Amino acid sequence: MANAPMTIFQVAGRAMSAQLLRMNTTASNLANAGGVAGSAEAAYKTMKPVFRTSFDAASGMSTVDVEKVVTAGEAPAKRYDPNNPMADKDGNIFEAAVDETRELVDMMETARSYQNNVEVMQTAKSLIIDTLKLGR
Amino acid sequence: MSGDSLFGVHGAALEVRSQRMGVLASNIANASTPGFKARDIDFKSALASLETDGAGGIDAATKYRVPTQTSMDGNTVELNQEQTAFAENAVQYQTTLSFLNGRISQVTRALKGD
Repeated sequence: MANAPMTIFQVAGRAMSAQLLRMNTTASNLANAGGVAGSAEAAYKTMKPVFRTSFDAASGMSTVDVEKVVTAGEAPAKRYDPNNPMADKDGNIFEAAVDETRELVDMMETARSYQNNVEVMQTAKSLIIDTLKLGR
Repeated sequence: MSGDSLFGVHGAALEVRSQRMGVLASNIANASTPGFKARDIDFKSALASLETDGAGGIDAATKYRVPTQTSMDGNTVELNQEQTAFAENAVQYQTTLSFLNGRISQVTRALKGD
């Protein structure tokens, strides 16, 4: 089945998986917002998926794949807090580099994209079922 | 070619509508992929070339969409437009189906002779 033409269900289904992965990274980012670490390396950094179009020449349709998940965004913020148990020998802690506003906006866009693909799938399904009932 | 066949133009029309549904679904799926260029099928020319050149004719009528507003990541999908086109195409598909259904019941009635 490797070279079978892509169906509309695969187009919408794979797009939904990609959006779900994006939602997962957003959830991880938000969960780690405000977390602190003892070094800049150990501090949490924002994760972002990289989407890439996957074109199927046999059907002329294209869907989405997640190429990779990268750490993006700013460097962790250094703050002087010697009383923190996580502080390093100079008394500094490193706060996770998560922009919460951007993550929430991203989450809304992801949810909307996911819903659009669900809608596409439902419409395609009902039309295909109607086509199968042709002449009955 | 299709004028004298059982279903007239509606068989080819259903084919084009189905292809267009796939192309529009691809656009919606790639709404957040950087650099993706939205495409669409021109129904009139697709139908004309399908009747002259066969199945390959639809590809020739598939064109890139001209965006009304360009985005910074090079993506030319405008979701509101795509959703409208998709809904429109779904209704047109259903219309073609009912034309076909009408033709089928007409022929069946004629064959039964009642």
